Amino acid sequence: MVTVDARGQQCPIPVIWAKEAIEKLTGSGVVMVFVDNEIAVQNLTKLAQQKKYKMRSEKLGESEFRAIFTIGEGDVAAAAEAAAAEKTICYPDGVKENTLVVIKNDMMGDGDESLGKTLLKGFIFALSKTEILPKRILFYNRGAFVTIEGSDSIDDLKSLEAQGVEIMTCGTCLNHYGITDKLAVGSVTNMYVIVESMTQAVKIIKP
Amino acid sequence: MKDEKNIVFCRSGGCSAKLGAGTLRRVLEKIPQGHDDNLLVGFSSSDDAAVYRLTEDLAIVQTLDFFPPMVKDPYTFGQIAAANALSDIYAMGGEVKTALNIVCFPEKMDLTILGEILLGGNNKVCEAGGILTGGHSIADDGVKYGLSVTGIIHPEKVLKNNVCRAGDKLILTKPLGIGIITTADRVDKASKKAMAQAIKSMIMLNKYAAEALRGVAVHACTDVTGFGLLGHLTEMLDTKVAAVLHYENIPYIEEAYAYADDFLITGAGQKNRNFVGDKVHFDNVPFAMEEILFDPQTSGGLLAAVAPEDAETALSAIRELGMGCGIIGEVVAKKQPLIIVEK
Repeated sequence: MVTVDARGQQCPIPVIWAKEAIEKLTGSGVVMVFVDNEIAVQNLTKLAQQKKYKMRSEKLGESEFRAIFTIGEGDVAAAAEAAAAEKTICYPDGVKENTLVVIKNDMMGDGDESLGKTLLKGFIFALSKTEILPKRILFYNRGAFVTIEGSDSIDDLKSLEAQGVEIMTCGTCLNHYGITDKLAVGSVTNMYVIVESMTQAVKIIKP
Repeated sequence: MKDEKNIVFCRSGGCSAKLGAGTLRRVLEKIPQGHDDNLLVGFSSSDDAAVYRLTEDLAIVQTLDFFPPMVKDPYTFGQIAAANALSDIYAMGGEVKTALNIVCFPEKMDLTILGEILLGGNNKVCEAGGILTGGHSIADDGVKYGLSVTGIIHPEKVLKNNVCRAGDKLILTKPLGIGIITTADRVDKASKKAMAQAIKSMIMLNKYAAEALRGVAVHACTDVTGFGLLGHLTEMLDTKVAAVLHYENIPYIEEAYAYADDFLITGAGQKNRNFVGDKVHFDNVPFAMEEILFDPQTSGGLLAAVAPEDAETALSAIRELGMGCGIIGEVVAKKQPLIIVEK
């Protein structure tokens, strides 16, 4: 059994010490944490609930409480696994912080229109398969046509979105072309967000 | 030798050092209340500041706030404490005029530290368009600093905190997570980037958000401080209306989420949960987000209830200030539970 004396310590210290003691256990074991206030007991209870650890607490005196964690074989590993699983959902590993892709037209490069459209479709497809993804893709002016119903790139953009990339289309542009109700992927944005995205981006990619 | 000038951290700094709202209410209930027709906002309504009418078109707004340090740099602490104290004037819709320093300082500590704190405070009072007129200092075990502020306002333009209407959109003008990040910093677990963002947010005067809200129909306004978003929202709803929040639209400093998941959480946050938790229904809200919603803020943003047709205009203007902000939900007709947090 491990004893943690966290009396006289303010939150988050009791919780941090308890967590460290539990994680240091090899396999199963009991961690007993002493604290001097009810609020600390409540924060320890939250730790137990979130990590699915068995815990009971008791009041020993006016300002003395004891929380007893009974950790089963594999409990710590299960909690770590659950936390890791959650993290992959929230933050895809591949998303590169603050790289911005700007699509300002419905074709890539100047020149032949059908070639330009094929190139752009290919670009977005290839982008969806790269390891290091951008944080956000902005579509404005004729770029707005790429995110609406009937565009060849919708599936690839949805795949990018599912991987955590933000797809944003300029609202003014959708309005101007009368295609607002046809938006098929991502969200609508405004000039403030566009400016902020560009000024804060570490790298801007304009195909 | 910058390190020597660091202030010693207190047990809990900033607005986390507030007494719990429940405890406070029990004490205040027993204090007999005077009556004066010119007292437009007093302590019966748990508002941000007191408003006293002097003439038909002039009232004074009074407030004070002080607390122990939550950052190591004294000048920064001075700026934060002052921005926090000045904020109540803006939450009422007023204009800052004069301020007095409130100081607790250990006799044996290096006085240049106090000098820097006061300099930081003065810097914010000037930025607010006010003037420091004096102060009071006490020898104490730990450092505490803040301001007593007087502002002016038109008696009919007072923004109370508890008069929002069903249909109003709720706008928050600064990101949440300040308490969690400063707590993580206290145990050396906060990243430099997170702390820099928290400081940038704390030293920013709510003056600019208040100006951005001028011209739109603001029905009620408060600032989010020690009682956390849900605590202050509860005061705003005042059991007369209810609210639905959409957590995906609620701005917070990114790192606060991971820190909350690592249980870098405060006692004050748990006190807030105890006080208002039973009034809130969380519909599939991640644990870290719950913690962020209860997190005590120091010098937090304004929480404004705005007429729905004005909400987008107001948000665009606030977004220009470069802080995380958002339309976080709406006020609805009275029902149980008082606050629903959903996707």
